[in-house]
Amino acid sequence: MDRRRLLLLAPAGLLGAGLLGAGGWMALHREEEGVPIGGPFRLRAADGREVTDADFRGRWMLVYFGYTHCPDACPTALQDIANALDSLGPEAKRKAAVLFITVDPERDTPAVMQDYVSAFDPGFTGLSGTPEQVAAAAKAYRVYYAKHPKADGYDMDHSSIIYVMDPRGRFAANFTHETAPDAIAAKLRALMA
Amino acid sequence: MRRLILTLGLLAPVAIHAVAQPVAAQPATVRAEQPWARATAPRQTVGGVYVTLTSPVDDRLLGASSPVAGHLEVHEMTMEGNVMRMRELTGGLKLPAGQAVALAPGGFHVMLVDLKQPLAAGQVIPVQLRFEHAPPVDLQVRVAPVGAKGPGVAPSGAQGSGMEHAH
Repeated sequence: MDRRRLLLLAPAGLLGAGLLGAGGWMALHREEEGVPIGGPFRLRAADGREVTDADFRGRWMLVYFGYTHCPDACPTALQDIANALDSLGPEAKRKAAVLFITVDPERDTPAVMQDYVSAFDPGFTGLSGTPEQVAAAAKAYRVYYAKHPKADGYDMDHSSIIYVMDPRGRFAANFTHETAPDAIAAKLRALMA
Repeated sequence: MRRLILTLGLLAPVAIHAVAQPVAAQPATVRAEQPWARATAPRQTVGGVYVTLTSPVDDRLLGASSPVAGHLEVHEMTMEGNVMRMRELTGGLKLPAGQAVALAPGGFHVMLVDLKQPLAAGQVIPVQLRFEHAPPVDLQVRVAPVGAKGPGVAPSGAQGSGMEHAH
């Protein structure tokens, strides 16, 4: 990473150099080493309600971080989750809570997030929050994200990982946006059985 | 006789040149196949356009325009480990002679920036592609469902390009 980019990233504040260096790939390795992934978060939903991880206890959380200015990986991930849950049927769907958490709270308000996820499945939950709340949630899930400025605005780099958390909020599995819906469905079926 | 041969010899390149001229004046056209876009959610301000391009000569996709968006950018999405990065190809996208270059999910796309309204599945939007050498190509881009992975209608469908792949 060159100096200039580092300087541009500096305003990311809470996203210290340590987290930046940690890179998304580490998430998977961490999991293998037994360091817990996930944890408490406090975010905001479209109706203005504050949402925490505790609200989803008793359900299988599928957590994916992304942003709505993302025309590729994010729609793919959300559609794959939707297809996987559809193929598992209504009972599995009731047991699952799909959360799409923005890494771009500046542009993605809770309402924008909810509109976005509803295009895939009205039962999905889109979440945003203050930059600090988003940073804390991303840190809990060891999700890397960074602004990449361009001539007209910016894009976000971000870890593209779908986390599955069990009904007690513990890490159970993970996928990427490249995992086929069939594979996601098979794993969820086995986990929920 | 000798003079005639000499004259012919001098004229021949001129004649070839004269024949070649009109061909050179018509630059090679880029073939654009199966253009499609993904539907977008309400309030989503960007969208992706996908197409497969084949140029008979080395060329470059420099940019695009469409009345449905403020501006368009040529992007590449890459994965480094699990980190997704999206970059504008400010120098354009290389189209090596005779090679089909696929703009497809997980790789290149033309990004519609500042959409004037959401793209609805089934809609057809006009998009003009600009090249370094070839004349612009006008596309009629069909909008596929929001999470589609190919031009077909089934969001989870295979990316088969021909009828033989249809299930």
